[in-house]
Parts: sequence; C-alpha cells; structure tokens
Amino acid sequence: MKQLLRYMMKYWYLYLLAGASLILGVVMDVASPLITERIVDDVIIGGQRELLVSLLVVLLVLGIGKGIFKYLEEFTGDVIGISVGRDIRRDLFNHIEKMSVGFFDQFGVGELMSRIGRDVDRVWDAAGYLGLLCAEAIVHTIFVMVCMLRISPLLTLIPLCIMPVVAYIAIRLEKKLDQGYDELSEVTAKLNTVAEENLAGVRTVKAFSREEYEMEKFRHHNGKYYNRNMTIDKAMADHDPAISFLTKLLLVLSVTAGGILVVREKITLGQPSAFMGYANNIVWPMEILGWVTNSLAAGLASMKKINKIMAESSQLPVASKPVKPEKIEGNVSFSHVDFEVQGRKILSDISFDLPASKTLGVMGMTGSGKTTLVQLLQRLYDVTGGAIFIDGMDIREMDIHALRGCQALISQDVFLFSDTVQDNIAVGRRKDMKRLEIVPAGQAADADEFIQRLPQKYETVIGERGVGLSGGQKQRISMARAFVRKAPILILDDATSALDMETERQVQRNLRQMEGMTKIIIAHRISSVRNADEIIVLQDGRIAERGTHESLLALKGQYYETWMAQYGEESA
Amino acid sequence: MAVNTYKQNEQLRTAKKSVTLFRMFSRLLDYKKEVFGVLLWLLVTVSVTLINPLIIERAVNVEVPDRNVRGLINLALIAAVINVIWFLGTRVYKITMARISNRIVMDIREEMYAHIQTLGLCFFDSRATGKILSRIIGDVDSLKDVLSSSVTTLIPSFFTIIAVSVIMLVKSPALSLAAFATLPFLAVGVFVTMIVGHRRWQEEKQKKSNINAYVHENFSGIRIIQSFTAEEESEETFKNVVEEHRRAWIRAVVVMDGVSPVIDVTWAVGSFLLYYIAVSAMGMGETQVGTILAFSTYLSMFWSPIRNLASLYNQIVNNLAGAERIFEIMDQEPEIRDREGAYELPPIEGRVVFDHVDFAYPDDLKTPVLTDVSFDIAPGSAIALVGPTGAGKTTITNLIARFYDVTGG
Repeated sequence: MKQLLRYMMKYWYLYLLAGASLILGVVMDVASPLITERIVDDVIIGGQRELLVSLLVVLLVLGIGKGIFKYLEEFTGDVIGISVGRDIRRDLFNHIEKMSVGFFDQFGVGELMSRIGRDVDRVWDAAGYLGLLCAEAIVHTIFVMVCMLRISPLLTLIPLCIMPVVAYIAIRLEKKLDQGYDELSEVTAKLNTVAEENLAGVRTVKAFSREEYEMEKFRHHNGKYYNRNMTIDKAMADHDPAISFLTKLLLVLSVTAGGILVVREKITLGQPSAFMGYANNIVWPMEILGWVTNSLAAGLASMKKINKIMAESSQLPVASKPVKPEKIEGNVSFSHVDFEVQGRKILSDISFDLPASKTLGVMGMTGSGKTTLVQLLQRLYDVTGGAIFIDGMDIREMDIHALRGCQALISQDVFLFSDTVQDNIAVGRRKDMKRLEIVPAGQAADADEFIQRLPQKYETVIGERGVGLSGGQKQRISMARAFVRKAPILILDDATSALDMETERQVQRNLRQMEGMTKIIIAHRISSVRNADEIIVLQDGRIAERGTHESLLALKGQYYETWMAQYGEESA
Repeated sequence: MAVNTYKQNEQLRTAKKSVTLFRMFSRLLDYKKEVFGVLLWLLVTVSVTLINPLIIERAVNVEVPDRNVRGLINLALIAAVINVIWFLGTRVYKITMARISNRIVMDIREEMYAHIQTLGLCFFDSRATGKILSRIIGDVDSLKDVLSSSVTTLIPSFFTIIAVSVIMLVKSPALSLAAFATLPFLAVGVFVTMIVGHRRWQEEKQKKSNINAYVHENFSGIRIIQSFTAEEESEETFKNVVEEHRRAWIRAVVVMDGVSPVIDVTWAVGSFLLYYIAVSAMGMGETQVGTILAFSTYLSMFWSPIRNLASLYNQIVNNLAGAERIFEIMDQEPEIRDREGAYELPPIEGRVVFDHVDFAYPDDLKTPVLTDVSFDIAPGSAIALVGPTGAGKTTITNLIARFYDVTGG
C-alpha cells in the first residue's frame, strides 16, 4: 500500500481538482430533493404556485451542474489512473531490466508480462477512478445522512439499521475476493507461461508433431482458470443480490414508515418525498460497495505481486565502489575458476592467461562448459570459486556496464530484434552510432552485400527473432553487431557454425585483420581455432588438453582425434 | 520482409461489427436450456421492480390521506415478500449465467489455442509473440464479462423500458410526456459518444498490445540486452511505448466519460418537465402526490436501464476490438492442411522426391528462393546439401517438414 501511495502522491494537484469537483457534484446532487420537498409542501399543498417556476429552474441548474462536475471528476480520475499506471509500469520495467539473468531463469517471461500488463492495469484502476468513486461514496453518504436527520431522526433509523448490514456483507465479499483474485493471478501467470513457451517454440512443436500434447497441457491450465473464475463469480452472486435486496427494502420502508409519521403529523408530506429521494440516493454507494471492493481487492492483490518483484534484487552483488577503468587493454585471466549450479559442477579449476591482443581457442564437446565460460566472463552469473581478472582487476570489482562494454559477444544462438537492421547492429548505442561506423562493420562480417539487396537496405525491418533471414544471414548481422563495438575483447561462441566454408574463411580473414583485439574463439571446427595463440580443450568442465595447434597435434590426444575426424586424409 | 513489429498497429479488418457481435452471442445458443431459465428468472425479478413504485403510489395516494396505518403496514409486508423473491431469483440467475459465460470463454480460449497450432509458420512469422499471447488470454477474458452482462443486462433493460413506458402511458399520457420528450436527446447523445468512443478504444487496445509485444521481446532477449549494455536504451524505448498508450487512453476516456453527464442532464430536464406538467398544466393536488412520486420513480427506472445499456454497449465496445481480433485468428485458414482424401503415411522407407519444385516465401512471393529443383533420394542414402549462405538449403528441409507449401511442382 505504501508504495502505491507514493505513486499517487505525485498527482496531488489532480486529486485536489477531482476532490473539489466531487464535493461540488455531491452538493448539487443532495440539494435536489430539498427542492422537490419545497415543491410538494409549498407549491402543491401550500398552493404557492408562483414559486413553481423559480424552484424548477433551480432544480434544472443543479442537475446540469451535477453533470458537469461529475464529468470533471471522472475524467480527472481517469487521467490520474493512467498516469499512475504509466509510472508503475516504467519503474517495474526498468527494475526488471537491471536484474541478473538468474532472475529471468526464475520468473518466466510469461509471468513478468502478466505483472507489467494486467497487474498494473488493476492497480491503476484502484488508484484512479475507483479511489475517487470510493471518496465520492463516502462524501455523498455523509451529506445525505445529514439531510435525512434534518427531516426526521426517527425515519433515519431505518437506513441506519440497514447500512451496517450492507457494510458487513460487502466486507465479507471483499475477503473472499481477495483470496480469489490472488489465486486467479497465479493461474493466469501459469497459463501465460504455457502459451508463451508453446508459441515461442512453435517450430519445434510442429516439427515433432507435438500439438496434441501441448493441447493437453493447455487444457489442464485452462480448466484451472475456469475454476478460479467460478469461485470468484459465486462469491459475487452470493453477496451482491443481498445488498440490492436490502436497499430496495429500505426504499419501500421509508415510504410506508414515512407515511405513518405523516399520519401521526410528525412530518409534512413533502418530507417523505424528499426522504425517498435521499433513500434513492443513498442506494448507489451501498450497491457499488460490492464491485468496488472487488476491484480494489484485485488492485491490492496485483500491487502485492508487483512489490514482490520490486523487492527482488539482482543476484549479482554490486561492489561497494565499482571501478570504471579509463582504458582496458584486454588482458583476460581465469584463476582456478569453478562454477556450480544447483549442485552440478559445470566448470572446475579453469585457469588460463590471455594477454591483450592474443587469441584463445576453446574446444570441447557440446555441454562441456564452453558457453558458460563466456557467461562468467560477461558476469551474467558469478563464479562459485576462483576469480576472473581483466587487466589484473577482479571483474566483480568492476562497474558492470564497463565490464560488458569492453567485450563484444557473437553467440551461437542468434537473437535479433523486431527492428531495422541498423538498429539491431547498433543495439545499446542507437543514439550515437552513425551509419559510417555501421557499414564497415557490416562489410567485415560479410553481411553488407546481402543487406544492400534488402528492400530498405539497412532500414529494413526484420521480424521477431530475426525471422525472414537465413541462418547465415542472421549470424552475420550478429557479427556486425559485435564488430561495430570495436571492443578490446571479442568473443566468438560458435559464431561461424551456420556459415559455409567460403564465407567463414572470408570472415576469418577479416578477423585476422582486426588487430589489437583480444579474441576468444569457441568452436567445433579446428579450422576456426588453429591459428590461436593458445587452445584449451574442455571436457566435463575441466581443461583436458592445452597448447598450440602443433603441440596439441603432437599430443595425439582428443584434439588430434578431432583433427583426424574433421580432416581425414588431409592430415599433416 | 514486411512483418508485424511492436511498432506497427495491426491492420484490423473492420469486419462488420454486427457480424462479430452475432458470432460472440451465438455461443450462448449452445446453452439454450440454461439461458431460458435465466431469462425466466429475469422476467420475475424485473416484474418485482415494476411493482415497487405502485406500492409507493398507493401508500402516498390512498393510505396516508385515509390515515390507514394498518394499510401502510400491510403494504410494507407485501413489499418485503416480493423483494425476497427478487433476491432468490437474482442469485439463481447470476450463478447460472456465470457458469455459462465461464464455460464459453474457456471453450473459446481452447479453440483459439488449438486453431493456432494448426496455422502455418507464415502466421507466426508475421506477428510478434506478445501480440498473439495478448489475444489468447486478454481478449478472450474480456469476452466473459460481455457475455454474462449482455444476457443479464440487455433483456431486463429492454423489458423494463418497454414495460415502464406502457405503465406510464396507461396511467397518464400527459405526465409520460416528460420522459418521452427527453428520450431522443438522450439516445442521440449516448449514441454519438459511443461511436467515437469505440474507435478510440480500438486505438488504445492496439497500443496496449504494442506494450506486450515489446516487453515480451525485450525480456526474451535480455541476455543480448545486458551483453550489449542496452538497458538504458530499452528503458527509453519503453517509455515512449507506454506514453503512446497513455495518450490513446486519454483520448478515449475524454469522450467516454461524457456518457454519464449526458444522462444526468436529461434526467434533470425530465424532472423539470414532470413537475411542471403535473402542477402547472394538470393542477395536481394533494391526493396525487403519490402519482407524481411514482412517476418520479418510474422516470428513474427508465433512465437506469438506459444507463446500463450504455455501459453494456461500452463494455461491448471495449471488447469488440478484442472479439474482432479473436475471430480474425479463428478465421485464418491454416495454410497447410490435409487435402481431401489425404491418408496416413504407411511406414516410411525414406524415399524423398522433389519434382520441379518452385518456392517463394508467402509474404515475399516475388523473390523466388527455389526454382525448378528436382532430385530423387533413395531410401537409406545420405545426401549432403551444400551451397553458399542463403542458397536455400534450410528452405528445402522446411518444405520436407511441410512448414510451408511449395508454390510450384
């Protein structure tokens, strides 16, 4: 709640405007029955016909005024609501953006989308028009009570007895709904996740004809969603009509009891008429009590979920004084690095020294830990043992943006955004990167040629996940993306796997011309690493062999076997 | 290739609204019996609400001047009884309606999901995943309230309006004038607001879906974003996307909030006319105050269904865009479908034949990817596909898996 208030307070002036409109609107609303009271008593019964027109004009003015102020109040409320929603949405997004990769492993994309989407929606409903509706209901009730007491305290007993009962029912409803919406929120997130996974992996599902299996999964969660919704609806069906019943009863009792009082000559005939008008008017705050409490409950439940995420902090501890080095040479060294996750050892005792401008080759079978090495260097995760140094500094001491900024990664699994080619290449520096930097990078990646043949060249938009381009084209754009950084450390993680040999050779030629860069090349093909200054061969997370191409061949070990398998008769 | 990104707004075929509405509601026909039960109870409950003002009229017109306290107490008891009936009936129809609408919505969601599974890859290629997700959960959900309120609001509202009009005309045509004089203004005011509002709500929904698409893509690619330190850039872009949505929302709300005031003003004018006609024109006296009160009650009963219809229309308007998007997907033909007489493949030996195959991707038919490709692979053989990047190697495997259909051969 506190967080929500913080967001709301920012718009205090709008709340003031809404509040003022609210009060004026209510005053006008409440004044109308007073006019009808006078009409009945003075004009109809009293016979003062000349008063009629002026009284009616006042009635009209009150009605129109009420309309205007109500509009003002509602509109202001809506503006506040969406503004608060926007603020929360942005803060939530920015917060999540800073989380470490481990956070995203924990919460799925589907759940996070639920939070930023529907949950924020519910919160802004609560902060905006709902909150004001509540305030209006309270102010309204107070004013009406006062007017009722003025007519007859005895008669006012009737609403005074009924209202607490209504309030009790409304509160009971709220409790049930609070729980109900909580559970609904959970199930929605799950349903989101199931659908999202399926859609993101649509090719896999189709290729393996798993559509039926996916349907079963979906059906299961869909059914749960139905149940949660029914629970909520049943609660509402039990409570809402009870409230309406009581208010109807109130109306009729007011008239009959009022009639009795008139007979006993306690009040004039005009007064039950006015009283009826008030009883009519005291009805709506109580009626909406039901669904307003509904929606407020939903809003609070959602806020709780949002707070839970805001309370998460990055799993990567930030150094107390992160260092931003002036210039990075590019010396990389791993010192007895271990990495363990959920009890599984991914890397054990990895050590190497890679001086600036030199090249390290990393080979090993799938699953031997090659990509993890890179993720640790980029500090997407922290090492569980040992340390990684750049230019002699432990990377945990470095400012994380400086750390990542000095590296450029070309990864195996290419991810491109639904943006122009240019924006994809310039990601992270779209504002200041110029075309004359981008084209050379495209050329170095051997991509410029096909890009120039695209309909809008560099301005061509490519779909989510870079659909519409062949695997090789995507990979080359991803290379251009890395090259354009001119970072001191360049990492290629199986970067040429989708390229044919000619293109690969061209790219490698271009790479060799990039001097002054420390390069880490992870590959399956020996052709990619043979010119490295040092090559390490990983097996089950450990370094099995290391050396130069020649020295490794001489060992006649794993490297040698791979060489034989790849080049067969071409052996040295 | 032109694709749907979070930046564009999807082109909505402006299908005839009435068609979409019809499709939405025709689902209810599957539950004829239950819906009929609901309608019956609605009839009963609305009738009760029509009787209440008559009780009031009798109390004020007859019992009070007659000083009949006994009579007043009797009236109170009668009122209590019929309103209890109202309560029980309302509870029944609400629960039944909830069951029906939740079921329908669950079925639609499942159908949509199943249908999407059958669609060709071309469908997925051209939409950001976030937008598809948006449809499955969000739009289908919003259908539920529409379905349920439409039965529980639409029918009783119409019934009430007609019944009240008849009662008023029968009791006093002159007084009824007060209501009927303002009715046209109300109808026009509400109608105009709605039309403009609908268009603007469509805009808002699209902007909303843009937010979803952006968030989805951004979070899916978070490793790249972090690796290339693009967090600030993302925050900036998101700020703009959210801002656009806010603007669209305000544009819609500016119009929609005007509905209540329109009704309030016409109500004020109606009351004005009622009292003027009653007192000035008809010279009503003490014994007819009850009738005036009854008419006042009927007047308010008159506007309230209109207000409900307006807000139901609102709801429909709000969700019509969503319903259209749902049906748009349901109407998508699976590009790949089993031809008539397609039979299950017998145990496969593995012979693959390409017979003068041509192929271009469905959204770029002018650029041929494969031209007159023919080969015959014997079972058990291993074939290598080599060629420069972009030559069409993966395309061939896509065609074999029938992710797309050949355009020739």
